[in-house]
Amino acid sequence: MEQQLEASILGMWVFLVTEVMFFGGLFMAYIVYRSWYPDAWAHSSNMLNVPLGALNTGVLICSSLTMVLAVRSAQVGSRMGQVVNLILTIVFGSTFLVVKYFEYREKFEHHLVPGPNWDPHHMVNGVLHPVALPLGSQLYFSLYFMMTGIHAAHMVVGIVLMLIMLRMAWKGRFTPDYYNQLEVSGLYWHFVDIVWIFLFPLLYLLGFNYKG
Amino acid sequence: MAYSEERHSYLDAPYGLKSWLLTKDHKRIAMLYLISITIFFALGGFFAAGIRAELLTPKGDLLTPDLYNKFFSMHGVIMVFFFLVPSIPATLGNFFMPIMIGTKDLAFPRVNLISWYLYVIGGLIGVSVLAMGGIDTGWTFYTPYSTIGSTTNVTFAIVGVFVAGFSSILTGFNFIVTVHRMRAPGMTWFRLPLFVWANYATSLVMILGTPVVAITLVMVAAERSLHLGIFDPKLGGDPVLFQHLFWFYSHPAVYIMILPGMGVMSELVAAMSRKQIFGYSFVAASSLAIAVLGFLVWGHHLFLSSQSIYAGMVFSIITMLVAVPSAVKTFNWAATMYKGSISWESPTYWIIGFMGLFLVGGLTGLFLASMGLDIHMHDTYFVVAHFHYIMVGGAIMAYMGGLHFWWPKMTGKLYNETLAKISAILVFIGFNLTFGPQFIVGYLGMPRRYHTYPDEFQFWNIASTLGAGVLGAGYMLAFIYLVYSIFKGEQASSNPWGAKGLEWTTTSPPPTFNFDKDPIVDEPAYNYNPGGKGVHVGH
Repeated sequence: MEQQLEASILGMWVFLVTEVMFFGGLFMAYIVYRSWYPDAWAHSSNMLNVPLGALNTGVLICSSLTMVLAVRSAQVGSRMGQVVNLILTIVFGSTFLVVKYFEYREKFEHHLVPGPNWDPHHMVNGVLHPVALPLGSQLYFSLYFMMTGIHAAHMVVGIVLMLIMLRMAWKGRFTPDYYNQLEVSGLYWHFVDIVWIFLFPLLYLLGFNYKG
Repeated sequence: MAYSEERHSYLDAPYGLKSWLLTKDHKRIAMLYLISITIFFALGGFFAAGIRAELLTPKGDLLTPDLYNKFFSMHGVIMVFFFLVPSIPATLGNFFMPIMIGTKDLAFPRVNLISWYLYVIGGLIGVSVLAMGGIDTGWTFYTPYSTIGSTTNVTFAIVGVFVAGFSSILTGFNFIVTVHRMRAPGMTWFRLPLFVWANYATSLVMILGTPVVAITLVMVAAERSLHLGIFDPKLGGDPVLFQHLFWFYSHPAVYIMILPGMGVMSELVAAMSRKQIFGYSFVAASSLAIAVLGFLVWGHHLFLSSQSIYAGMVFSIITMLVAVPSAVKTFNWAATMYKGSISWESPTYWIIGFMGLFLVGGLTGLFLASMGLDIHMHDTYFVVAHFHYIMVGGAIMAYMGGLHFWWPKMTGKLYNETLAKISAILVFIGFNLTFGPQFIVGYLGMPRRYHTYPDEFQFWNIASTLGAGVLGAGYMLAFIYLVYSIFKGEQASSNPWGAKGLEWTTTSPPPTFNFDKDPIVDEPAYNYNPGGKGVHVGH
C-alpha cells in the first residue's frame, strides 16, 4: 500500500511537470509578445472584467480549501466529510465555469475575438462604443482565449474527476489507510487552481493602473 | 529449466485477440507496439522510396512538385512521430526495462495500455490524412505556411501528432516512476543496466519536451481553424517564435531517438565482448548530460532565422558540448571491446555498424554546429545526410541490433544467424551508399526538399537511390527471417548469448510476471569477470 501511494503521488507530480511545460509554451509566447507590445497588452488587459476575474479567483481558492478538507476527512475516516467537501468542490468548480461563460459571452458581444470578426467595442454607460486597440491586441486576445480556454478544459476534467471521487467516497471506498485516488486527484485540482492564480494577475490585473 | 519453459510464457497464457488487446502485461504491449511501429516504418519507407525514385533524374518526371512535397512531408511525419520516437523505448524499453530492474511490470500497467491506444489512434489519424491527400508542410510544420499558406489537411495531421505525443508522454511518465519505485531489492541506482539509465534519461526528455511541441501545435491548429493569431505577422505575431517553440521539443526529440539506442549499444557491447562496460558511471552520467544539454541547443536550427548572432554563438558552443558526452560513450564502448572476448554473432555486426555510422553522424554535426559553415550548408543535403546518419545509422542500427540481441528472449525463437549477418552488412553498405553521396551533393550546394536538381548532381543521386534499394533489401531480409523464426525457428534457451543481466535469468520467453521467484541483486551490472558472485534468484 505504502509503495502504491508513493508511486501514484510521484506519478502525479511527474504528470504535473508535463502540464507545467504544456502551459509553459503559452506563457513563453505571452512573455515575448508582452515585451514587444506593452501598450497593446495594457489596453487589452483593461478590456477584461476584473470583478468577475477576482470573483473566480476567490471561488477557486475556496475550492482548493474544500479539496484539502476532503482529503483530510479521508485521513480521519469521515465519510460524510469527504462527501460534503467534494460536493462543495464540484459546486465551486462549476461556478467558476459559469462565470467564465458569461465573461466569454461578453467578449463575443464586444467583438473581441481575433479573426475576421475582430471589431473591438467597449461599454460606456450601458452603450457599446467602438474602441481602437493598438497593434498586438489580437495577439493578446488570442493568448487570452487559449490560456483561459485550456485552463477551463482542465477544470472540466477536474470536475469529472471529482464526480468519480464523489461516487467512490459515497460508497465508502476511502479509508485512513487507503485514499490514493483522492490524494492524487487533489494534487491535480490544486495544480489547475495555481495555473489560474498565475493567469489572473498576468491577464486581468496587468493594465489595472494603466490610464493611458 | 526445460519443463518450466514448456509450462507458461507471456505469449500463450490466455490466448486470443481480446486477451492481447486488453492486456496490461508490459511484454504484450511491447509486442503490440512492435507490430504497429513496423507497419509505420514500412509506410514511411514507401514514401522514402518515392522520393529516391523521383531524384533518380534531374527533371521532375515521376512526381508532380505538389506530390513530391507531400511525399517528403509524410515521410518525415511518419518516420519521426510514428516510428522513431516510440521505436526503442516503447518496444525494447517496454519489454525489458521492468525485467532488467527485476519487477513484475511497469508502475502503471493500465496507463501503458492507454499509451498504446493513443499511439494507434494518433497513427490512424495520420493515415487518414493520407487518404485525404496528405500534407505538404514538411514534418516541421513551419509557420506561416502551415497556418495561412497550405491548403492541405494540416490541422488533422497536427491532431494525429498531438495524440501520439501524449502516448510518448505517458510512456516516459511510466518509466520514470517505475525506475524510482519498482527496483528489485539490491538493484541500486548504480547497479542499473545502462539501457535503463538511457531510457530514464529519454523519459525525462519525453515528459519535459513533448508537452511544449503539443501546445505549439495546438497554437498552429487554433490559428488555422479558429483564426486566433499567435504567429501571424499581419497581427504582429512572429513566425520565428514558432521555430523556437518547435525546436525546443524537436531538437531534444533527436535525443529521444538516439539515447535509447545508446543504451542498447551499452548492453550489446558488454555482452558481445564478455566484459564489464568500461567506465560504467561515466556512461550512465553521459546519458543524463545529453538529456540536459539537449534542451539548450535548439537555437542551432535558427542560425539563419533572425536570431541574434550572440544567441547563435551560445547555441553553437553548447551544441559542440554535446559531442563530449557522446564521445565519452563511444570511447567507452571501444574501450570495452578492447581486449574483450568478442564473439562474432549477428548483434556484433549491428554494433560495429552503429559505431561507424554514429561516428560519422556525430562528427558532421560539429560541422553544422559551427555558425559560419552552417550558413553554407543550411538546408542542403548535407543536413539531410547528417541527421539520417544519426537517426537511421544510429537509432535504427541500434534498434535492429537490440531486436536481434533480445529476439530469442522476446519470442523464444532463434533466427538464422547467417541471414542476420548478411542483413547487417547489406544495411551498412546500403546506408552508406544512400547517405554518403548526400554529404557530397549537399556540400556542393544541392538544396533539400526540391524535386528537381542541376544535371551535375545526377551521378551522386543515382548512387544514393541505388543505396536506398540495398538498404531496403537489408531491412526486408531482416523482416523475413525474423517473422519466419517465429513459426519455424529453433527454440531458444534462456541465455543464448551467455550474457549477464536479470532478463537472461528468466525463461525465454518470460512468464507473465517475468520471474518465477522475485530476484534479489547482489552484484554490479555486467559482472562478466570470473570469480564474481552470480545473480541469486530467490533466497
